[in-house]
Amino acid sequence: MSNTEWPLWEVFIRSKQGLDHKHVGSLHAADAQMAIENARDVYTRRMEGVSIWVVESKYVHASNPAEAGALYDPANDKAYRHPTFYHLPDEVKHM
Amino acid sequence: MERDFEEIFQDKIDQEIKIEPKDWMPEKYRQTLIRQISQHAHSEIVGMLPEGNWITRAPNLRRKAILIAKVQDEAGHGLYLYSAAETLGITRDEMYAQLHSGKAKYSSIFNYPTLSWADIGAIGWLVDGAAIMNQVPLCRSSFGPYARAMVRVCKEESFHQRQGFEILLTLGKGTEAQKRMAQDAINRWWWPSIMMFGPTDDESPNTIQSMKWKIKRFTNDELRQKFVDVCAEQIKILGLTIPDKDLKWNESTGHYDFGKINWDEFWQVVQGNGPCNKQRLETRKKAWEEGAWVREAASAYAEKRKQKQVVTAA
Repeated sequence: MSNTEWPLWEVFIRSKQGLDHKHVGSLHAADAQMAIENARDVYTRRMEGVSIWVVESKYVHASNPAEAGALYDPANDKAYRHPTFYHLPDEVKHM
Repeated sequence: MERDFEEIFQDKIDQEIKIEPKDWMPEKYRQTLIRQISQHAHSEIVGMLPEGNWITRAPNLRRKAILIAKVQDEAGHGLYLYSAAETLGITRDEMYAQLHSGKAKYSSIFNYPTLSWADIGAIGWLVDGAAIMNQVPLCRSSFGPYARAMVRVCKEESFHQRQGFEILLTLGKGTEAQKRMAQDAINRWWWPSIMMFGPTDDESPNTIQSMKWKIKRFTNDELRQKFVDVCAEQIKILGLTIPDKDLKWNESTGHYDFGKINWDEFWQVVQGNGPCNKQRLETRKKAWEEGAWVREAASAYAEKRKQKQVVTAA
């Protein structure tokens, strides 16, 4: 028991109402409640947040950077998904 | 194959694309960062000790509250940095073990004692000032988690330096005895502070590689010079003096010249022979060992609650 590290948790903070939670870093804690309390002390000493999420790091699944090329390839050649792709006369307003 | 990876890697660095933990990186880049970030983390943690020494003896409630907040920030900085280092594949416990065994170093500055209240002012102004000079460029370090941690550290560090300067300013305007105390603190902290930038460039063989990898953005001597230039001006506002008779404005270089650094002292302290090396490490080890039961109890409690939840779910 004495040689086990407390698990690692990823911390997400909502800086104010209306904004998304954003990843800020990680910390160790024995359980979720302690992770939230530690996150308050480590990541919100200056009112940086109004809400905290913690997720045990082992539950985060990530895409593989080595496969980024293939993974994002389908979006690569579809410029027509962006509004600037379309050339309209200057007379058209509010579009 | 390895060659190709290394070229792609360097190309990213050259284009100022940050490296993230899961990206391919040269083993030496990984090891250099683990060493640098963990040393930095250890410095923040050990750095709490000399200042913590004065919390109970702060001259008034305002100063006490400020000092507690500052020391708590240092703990926070250590934690940001430990978690940045962990993304490179080293565990927290491995880093602690390296600190406790003496394998990993921390900044030598914290092996000097805090003899008077004015030392808290001098640490804020000089030690945190030197740290900021070092850390601001690290916000643009090529390794993403390190750079992000440093952005938070730098934001918080600014108050540390200002509160220190304010302490010295107050003492400098006080009684003769207070003025003497402030001057004495500056006399003792000045040289160790400018040693904080590390050996001179020609004695620092890793600098070239670290600059190529953009882990470092400026050399030790460049940063040291910047720091001396800033302090040489700020000391005038304090009405005190920097203990260096060779400190002099040099019109032709546009910088202050300064005296010779006692590198023998620097290496002595690095090698463990500073005034407080032994005491600092013992305090850390004692805190870790005597905290073992707390870590175990929290794990046991978490385990028990998990078991309860399983039973309820079933």
